[in-house]
Amino acid sequence: MKEEKDYIKDITEIRSMMERSSKFLALSGWEGILAGIYALTGALVAYKVFNFNPDKLLYTIESGGTSAGFTNVIILAIAVLIMALGTAVLFSNMKAGKRGEKLWNLTTRRLLVNMSVPLVAGGLLILILISNGLIGLIAPCTLIFYGFALYNASMLTYKAVRILAFVEMGLGLAGAYFVEYGLLIWALGFGVVHIIYGIYMYYKYER
Amino acid sequence: MRISINGLHKAFESRIRLGIMSALAVNDMLDFNSLKEYLDLTDGNLASHIKALEKEEFIGVEKSFVGKKPNTKYFMTKEGRKAFNEHLEALEKFIKSGKLI
Repeated sequence: MKEEKDYIKDITEIRSMMERSSKFLALSGWEGILAGIYALTGALVAYKVFNFNPDKLLYTIESGGTSAGFTNVIILAIAVLIMALGTAVLFSNMKAGKRGEKLWNLTTRRLLVNMSVPLVAGGLLILILISNGLIGLIAPCTLIFYGFALYNASMLTYKAVRILAFVEMGLGLAGAYFVEYGLLIWALGFGVVHIIYGIYMYYKYER
Repeated sequence: MRISINGLHKAFESRIRLGIMSALAVNDMLDFNSLKEYLDLTDGNLASHIKALEKEEFIGVEKSFVGKKPNTKYFMTKEGRKAFNEHLEALEKFIKSGKLI
């Protein structure tokens, strides 16, 4: 016959197994903080170095040649994305290790599938926007579709991600309306908001 | 006699079996390898616990092929869900009554 403390342990095991097998919890606040810093740096370089400030829907970089300047901005954006993703994988892997789990499991795969559907659709839309010269809508669209992806992911991870999703979507919509502030709002969404979210997650779950 | 006096199922006395049921309670279907990873068990150990739960008809098996590789997925049966819920209720009652004493 089991004793009371055994039953309490049973319940702990049930709860932990339910959580482990359905939620992706290998997220670190540092991922948000560093991704935010990359984004702010990227936006600053795009603005200061490449003179990129898409203040209208149909936009071309004024000084320093049109298409070459824009190609630089795209390369910069891809570099920021790769750095953010790399950091996320690194820190998630460390967090999973600390929790005694492997990063690559069923929940991770589910999370990635859920996120990639809106991200791929958004990516295709951005290619269409570029081909039509609607450069001013790119930054808001990245925010909106990133928000969709986060919303989808929020069912499988920490609740706070859902709030982040709504903030990013809202900022994306604001950026689409106030096109002249597109880059600034992008820096706010991917930079400042990520940093605030990262600090919050760090203090709540990791300290 | 599957139910012991206080409503706690004999089949769930093992914490591993309880773990299998918990994972299946929140996932429609899980394959063998995912279960193995969550529970951190060897193939043989997990297989024997699964067999026991299968025998009770608490979990069901769905066999299919992914390409040429066989893929076995497990799910919780209606009976299994009922038994698991009853077990949870019994645990809850037991602990509540324990606290009163």
